Amino acid sequence: MIKRALIFLVLAFFAWQFLLMVTGWEGLSGLGEIARHYMEKGREELGAANIVTAIVVTYRGLDTLGEVSVLFLAAAGIGFLLGAGRLSRKQDGGNAGGLENEKTRRKASEILETGSDIVVPAIAVFGVYIFVNGHLSPGGGFQGGAVIASAIVLLFLSHPFYSLNHGVLKVTESLSGTVYVGLGLLGLILAGGFLDARFLPVGEFGRILSAGAIPVIYSLIGLKVGAELVGILEQMRRPS
Amino acid sequence: MKAVLVIGLLLMLTGFYGLMTRRNMIKMVLSVAITEVGLQMVMITAGFIRGGTAPILTEDITELASFVDPVPQALVLTAIVIGVAVNALMLAFIIRMYGKRGSLDVRDYTDSKW
Repeated sequence: MIKRALIFLVLAFFAWQFLLMVTGWEGLSGLGEIARHYMEKGREELGAANIVTAIVVTYRGLDTLGEVSVLFLAAAGIGFLLGAGRLSRKQDGGNAGGLENEKTRRKASEILETGSDIVVPAIAVFGVYIFVNGHLSPGGGFQGGAVIASAIVLLFLSHPFYSLNHGVLKVTESLSGTVYVGLGLLGLILAGGFLDARFLPVGEFGRILSAGAIPVIYSLIGLKVGAELVGILEQMRRPS
Repeated sequence: MKAVLVIGLLLMLTGFYGLMTRRNMIKMVLSVAITEVGLQMVMITAGFIRGGTAPILTEDITELASFVDPVPQALVLTAIVIGVAVNALMLAFIIRMYGKRGSLDVRDYTDSKW
């Protein structure tokens, strides 16, 4: 009873604070100083049409490197947690869990299988399109990577016995991560600072090959995020 | 845009309520996810400017006042990705814990409770 009253009190407190926020909310009247700089100078400095991408990849590039590291750490942690369980079961000597799983796992229906065979490549290509055009249109590496991972989810659903090539996954992930940091260091040497995309020519505004190294960096991020999310899904799909 | 703020705050309240009342660990993770979504909506409204559009430049753009603030949007992008990573890690912990003891109720795991 006391617990419930406490919960109610805490919620009421938050609701009161939120109510103050809502009644006092007016929205911004104009861009702040930093945002104004990004909007005004973003185009001539970086040549990117999508200012959010310019901020994510270059102006706050270090944040994004941290973000990618967090995602990598989470993927590594999941691999560690779920991989260890598999090992201990093997040591038990019994393959019972695996066998049981093979029995419960059955073939997908023909409609799902045929449909996904048609749709999966299209989804994957769409993911690549999203991250290649990240500097021009809404989207970018993280979104494109998530779309690619969603294609793999569909593949897992329609082909339950499909097994991924882990070598390709590992190589893609580590190579794109390493090249990403390498490009950042290149920016440090050839341009203004770490992850500065201007060591490649800015090019013509609105073209795919423009905005310096932003499309290259965002494509690498897309590949890395896609590989990481697929790795997480693969770990969770396995019998544990 | 005030509607988005209200919905976001309501989602956050829902998430808090779920976190405090649910004992099933998967439902607790879902509560955290709901809170995250609400918070992201609130963050998006923080950069809203009346009449503004998405901060994507086109060839013939001159009026800067017609764009919303891009900085909160970049921050929310980061927040979404990290939220996904944290949720996935929590679920992996739950899978392991369930494999050990066969229970999803958080009250069954009192070993490391002070």
